[in-house]
Amino acid sequence: MSKYEISQGKFAKYGKILLRYIAVSLFAIPFIIPFFWMVTTALKQSPQVFAIPVVWWPKPVEFSNFAKAWNSAPFNIYFKNSLIVTCTSVIGTVFASAFAAYGFARVRFPGRDLLFVFMLATMMIPADVTRIPLYLIFRRLGWINTLKPLIVPSLFGGAFYIFLLRQFFLTIPSSLEEAAYIDGCSSFLIFWKIFLPLSKPGLLTVAVFSFLAHWNEFIGPLIYLNSESKYTLSLGLRYFLAQEQALVSVYYNLLMAASTVALLPCLILFIFTQRFFIKGIVLTGLKE
Amino acid sequence: MTKAYSTRERIAKVWYKYRLDGFIFILPWIIGILAFQLGPMISSFILAFTRYDIITPAKFIGIENFKKIFSSDPLFYKSLWNTVYFVIGSVPISIIIGILVAVLLNQRIRGITIYRVLYYLPSVTAGVAVAIVWRSVYDVRYGLINNLLSKLGIQGPSWLGDPSWVMPSLIIMAVWGLIGQRYVIFLAGLQGIPEELYEAAEIDGASSWNKFVSITLPMLTPTIFFSLITGIISAFQSMFTAAYILTDGGGGPLNSAYIYVFHIYRNAYQYYHMGYACALAWILFLIVFILTFIQVKFSGWVHYGG
Repeated sequence: MSKYEISQGKFAKYGKILLRYIAVSLFAIPFIIPFFWMVTTALKQSPQVFAIPVVWWPKPVEFSNFAKAWNSAPFNIYFKNSLIVTCTSVIGTVFASAFAAYGFARVRFPGRDLLFVFMLATMMIPADVTRIPLYLIFRRLGWINTLKPLIVPSLFGGAFYIFLLRQFFLTIPSSLEEAAYIDGCSSFLIFWKIFLPLSKPGLLTVAVFSFLAHWNEFIGPLIYLNSESKYTLSLGLRYFLAQEQALVSVYYNLLMAASTVALLPCLILFIFTQRFFIKGIVLTGLKE
Repeated sequence: MTKAYSTRERIAKVWYKYRLDGFIFILPWIIGILAFQLGPMISSFILAFTRYDIITPAKFIGIENFKKIFSSDPLFYKSLWNTVYFVIGSVPISIIIGILVAVLLNQRIRGITIYRVLYYLPSVTAGVAVAIVWRSVYDVRYGLINNLLSKLGIQGPSWLGDPSWVMPSLIIMAVWGLIGQRYVIFLAGLQGIPEELYEAAEIDGASSWNKFVSITLPMLTPTIFFSLITGIISAFQSMFTAAYILTDGGGGPLNSAYIYVFHIYRNAYQYYHMGYACALAWILFLIVFILTFIQVKFSGWVHYGG
């Protein structure tokens, strides 16, 4: 083989790799472009929002849109309410789910497997079926226009999360805990001292899943909350949208600024935990 | 020779194997399930046979609600059709694109993880904020899509104003948000295919396309089937937020985005027809139940490898 042929082979190889990058990058555009649109619109001055043909890069970059959007509705309150609901629910969900998952994964008691199948079956119940009676119950309890209906049900763990954590716990070798038993450890201590620390990736996955679910929840706040001081971010955004639309022309830049702020926690959280997150989906989506 | 255990150790071992404290661990969950799932489910079933408007006491009316749903509720059929349209439109497309993306992201190139994250980003953003973004993307004059189309000399439709374009708008947005979850599952499926199969095919001189059709696709059938059924089940119940925000809570022109969960929502929390809404919800449950049954029972045709 001559030198020339080798370099040509190399050239073809790099060409192929380059082609792959181009394909992967081109295909990524539709996935990213709405975010690009959101951020650039959020940074435009109003005339540029309505410019035809469209202006792709904001000029000048108007960072004050964020402050303007934030101050044109009580976003401080919305943000605080969303944080309260999301954080308490996430902490509650993670611990309650881990607690139950340990019971299902590690303790042999009569009827356990039957209960486990039952738990899997409950995942099939549409939320729309149980939501109506729950609404009636919470109404009777006087919980309308409070954050309680959005928090309390998640303090008992969710079937999906219990399933996910059980899969995690099953991978922890039993020799460790057997030894602890022989030394007289109670199962609660073992759960707390061995299982929780060893399954941080699993707990993190559950935390992220449930964060996204609560942060983005809309129908719950929509039916339970009716005064502005109780609105969560998603409900607040909905009324901000209505308020902007009542104007002569819709201020998309302010709407996009508010949306960016609302999406940011989800995006950041995901980017930092994506390794565990994607593993968690595979674990629950494929195995069993 | 077996190791000698002391009595204490033996008791501990037996105790480790069979004990009742598991009940304590799952007790919170049991309380939760009774209070927030099973209890409400039973009362929802009972309510489905009553007329109940919150103010006056519930009145048992037999199967009157169901009769009314099937005989004199055009919006029931409209919303069911819209939902079926949405399911048929979104699930197969999201699976096909999901497989393509998975193949694309299964390449061994440097920095592929960054691409995997990028492709997944839409999936973590379900909610009001992203629906508002899509509203502006779909804006007939100033929106992203119609501006791109006009570059190609195409005059884009009035996405959210034209009854025949509202559902496609909803489907595009849904598919955009679904690909992430789909490709992750397919990627795991791809990585589970033994390398020898491809090597053997290469020896036989198979082309890339041949390999894809006769190895990759058959080996992915369990995953495809799983995605299909779970996708249909969740599509039947999802998109309320998007449909609500894209249509300002109105259901769209000529109720074109009035999906089934919208019908339940409106009857329950706007008209306070609680019994009627429960009956509607139970019909949804029945649909989901049948689909789950199909998944469990008829997954025999798929190829589970050897």
